[in-house]
Amino acid sequence: MTNFEDNSADIRDGEEYFYLVKVQTTSGFDESPKVGPVRSTAQWFNRHRMNVLVITLLVSILVIYYIRRAHAGDKLFVRKIAGLDAIDDAVGRSTEMGRPILYSFGLSYLNEVWTIASLSILHRVAQKCAEYSTRLLIPQYDPLVMSAAQETVKQAYMETGRPDLYDERDIPFLTADQFGYAAGVDGMMMREKPGAVFWQGYFYAESLILAETGHSVGAIQIAGTTSVEQVPFFVVACDYTLIGEEMYAASCYLRPEPQMLGSLKGEDFTKAIILIFLILSTALGTLGVLLKHFLNVDVLNILFGNIVQWLNTF
Amino acid sequence: MKREIPIVITFLTGVLCVVAFFVPHPPLGGLQQRFLIWYAIVAGFTMILGLDSLVKYNIKKIRQRKQGWQYSYVLLFGLVLILVTGFQSWFEYNTPFELRSSFMYTYIHIIVPLQATMFALLAFFISSAAYRAFRARTFEATLLLIAAAIVMLGRVPIGKMIWDKIPVLSDWLLNIPQLAAKRGIQIGVYLGGVVMSLRIILGIERTYLT
Amino acid sequence: MQLFDKFANIDRRLIYLAVGLVVAIPIVLKIKMPIRISSEVRSAYETIENLPQGSVVLASIDYDATSAPEMTPMFRSFLRQCFRKKLKVIYTGHIAIGLPLAQFDLDMITQECNAVYGEDYINLGYRPGYTAVMIGMGREIRDFFAVDYRGVSVDNFPIMTAVHNYSDIALIVDFAHGQTAEYWIQYVVSRFGPRMFACVTGVMAPSLYPYLQSGQITGIIGGLQGAAEYEILVGQPETAAFGMPAQSMAHILILVFIVFGNIGYFLSRRKR
Repeated sequence: MTNFEDNSADIRDGEEYFYLVKVQTTSGFDESPKVGPVRSTAQWFNRHRMNVLVITLLVSILVIYYIRRAHAGDKLFVRKIAGLDAIDDAVGRSTEMGRPILYSFGLSYLNEVWTIASLSILHRVAQKCAEYSTRLLIPQYDPLVMSAAQETVKQAYMETGRPDLYDERDIPFLTADQFGYAAGVDGMMMREKPGAVFWQGYFYAESLILAETGHSVGAIQIAGTTSVEQVPFFVVACDYTLIGEEMYAASCYLRPEPQMLGSLKGEDFTKAIILIFLILSTALGTLGVLLKHFLNVDVLNILFGNIVQWLNTF
Repeated sequence: MKREIPIVITFLTGVLCVVAFFVPHPPLGGLQQRFLIWYAIVAGFTMILGLDSLVKYNIKKIRQRKQGWQYSYVLLFGLVLILVTGFQSWFEYNTPFELRSSFMYTYIHIIVPLQATMFALLAFFISSAAYRAFRARTFEATLLLIAAAIVMLGRVPIGKMIWDKIPVLSDWLLNIPQLAAKRGIQIGVYLGGVVMSLRIILGIERTYLT
Repeated sequence: MQLFDKFANIDRRLIYLAVGLVVAIPIVLKIKMPIRISSEVRSAYETIENLPQGSVVLASIDYDATSAPEMTPMFRSFLRQCFRKKLKVIYTGHIAIGLPLAQFDLDMITQECNAVYGEDYINLGYRPGYTAVMIGMGREIRDFFAVDYRGVSVDNFPIMTAVHNYSDIALIVDFAHGQTAEYWIQYVVSRFGPRMFACVTGVMAPSLYPYLQSGQITGIIGGLQGAAEYEILVGQPETAAFGMPAQSMAHILILVFIVFGNIGYFLSRRKR
């Protein structure tokens, strides 16, 4: 034995430890001289997380770079997102029909990123509702989200010059139980018969119950969720669906300020780099296997293995 | 100052957590664990916040005789029942999870059947949604329909009884095209989440402050 | 109304009635069907079978009564397999309302298998915090679970003597009806490296295939089908295996309705 790593949980930094090797021989036991004292100390940098640091810095630098470019006046293109463009039409349709609008965050909590994105969309919907004097109902699953939603709507109404339209009773807390919430929202839809329904947040199994009831009352439905499992249900039951990060792009899309557009561009550029890396590494891996199989050349296989190992190190 | 202080707190906490992830040396090394313990404690208190909000809302609903106010009595009764049985079981058995306790009796005979019943509705909704939505209107819709049919048959024993290649096709669909699409969407979602978090830490995204 | 219009617009109440009958009849008649074992379930089963005696397994209960028909058979089969293999089970969870349900199964199976509390298994209970608890346990479990579910210090139990964090745990098994399985993979498996497989509802199973393919988890037991397969592998088919004929008939019925709907749709279109 030439080296030994002591992974015991009761090792304390700064304390002195001594080690020896005791071996059993045919005539009894033999001990090596004592080695020590050795003290463990924490490192200043965890080298095993270098790969994460590289990717974190890459994303951060790209986002900050594009924000600065946006501030400098560069025009940044953002493609059309049908679900977000349909917000104005949906609110207008409800107003013509004389029916309210229903907005739901699903089973989201305030510390979740998609809730923040949904609040941006709610702000826009609330502004439109204030413009058209259309009632906005927002049944809630979580009390903290309810407070945030109430403040967002109040602010939107004030910005539009219609603070008189704000009614706290239209943003009630229903229950923190999944199907209790679904039952409550369904009841609200059957009684109020909204003209448009917005499902913007995180949903679980209740998504289809909600969307089917929305369809049965004849509402136009715009869904947006990062819950990949529920996207198929929303796609079949709703008129528009924002899939995954389209929800995160909503704040940039609806408020095209330079820092928002810049961060979106930075994200897209990072995704492009990941895409190129995926294509190159797939080609490398495939070529490696083919070269090994037909020509018994292992160099590309070894390179591919090293790249995978570096990415997996943690 | 009302807006600036939360933004500064968010920035400092975010940066410290990120740095503590890479730097195990004290004082930063133990900082992440400290933050996690604080988070768990605060999360416990948010339950009290939810309870307070729920009770206040339903009492207000009863006082103002809003539509469905009678059900608020049912809700408050249920809340009191669970609290009383929970505490009683805790004092008697040191835990409400003892099978002989009144809490577990209430749980097994009321909460479980109610939750299971609500979830069981999903089977009916899925049937009517599938019937309504799976129409071969376009090429893509036809592909979706065929894939759904293969997976629906492949995931139950009757699929193999009809044709023994159906489970093989279903596994292929799940392991190849479905996996690829899911992976692509997940990369996008998580990257979007990273950038959104960066926006919140840097103070660019301030919607949560309203 | 023409026949094909009727096909395209079947009253949803008829659909609900048909589904109800088609699910109830096979259960009442106790119909049996042969069940194929899939590779992902076999892989999960083999992961436990290959663990040495005395290994510590962490079971996380992240479901509630809504998913009990799918998850309860999985959890019972898991406990039976672990106690048969003389493994040690640490049991906790992140969904407070689901823990009493699993407690019921735990009490039943531990009696059946003569498992001793504190030696063969321990119930750490619930702590709020969710992902914070998952990450924090990677450094020291006692930072969040200093006492068990009865308030007794965990250091009083032999099972916890040598268990401080994930490096002392051979396997994590998550029983999840939501996204918790993905959080375990992202926050725990990728950061601390323990082995893991997931037992999830049918709707969540497809989202875990990327992690299975990349080797981050060793298996997936998904939905009632997965639960039935696992019951058969463990050697005690119960509710899941008996529920599969009903599920099969329901799937066939939905497909029949879809075919009717498409026939009606195409004939209506042709008429126009």
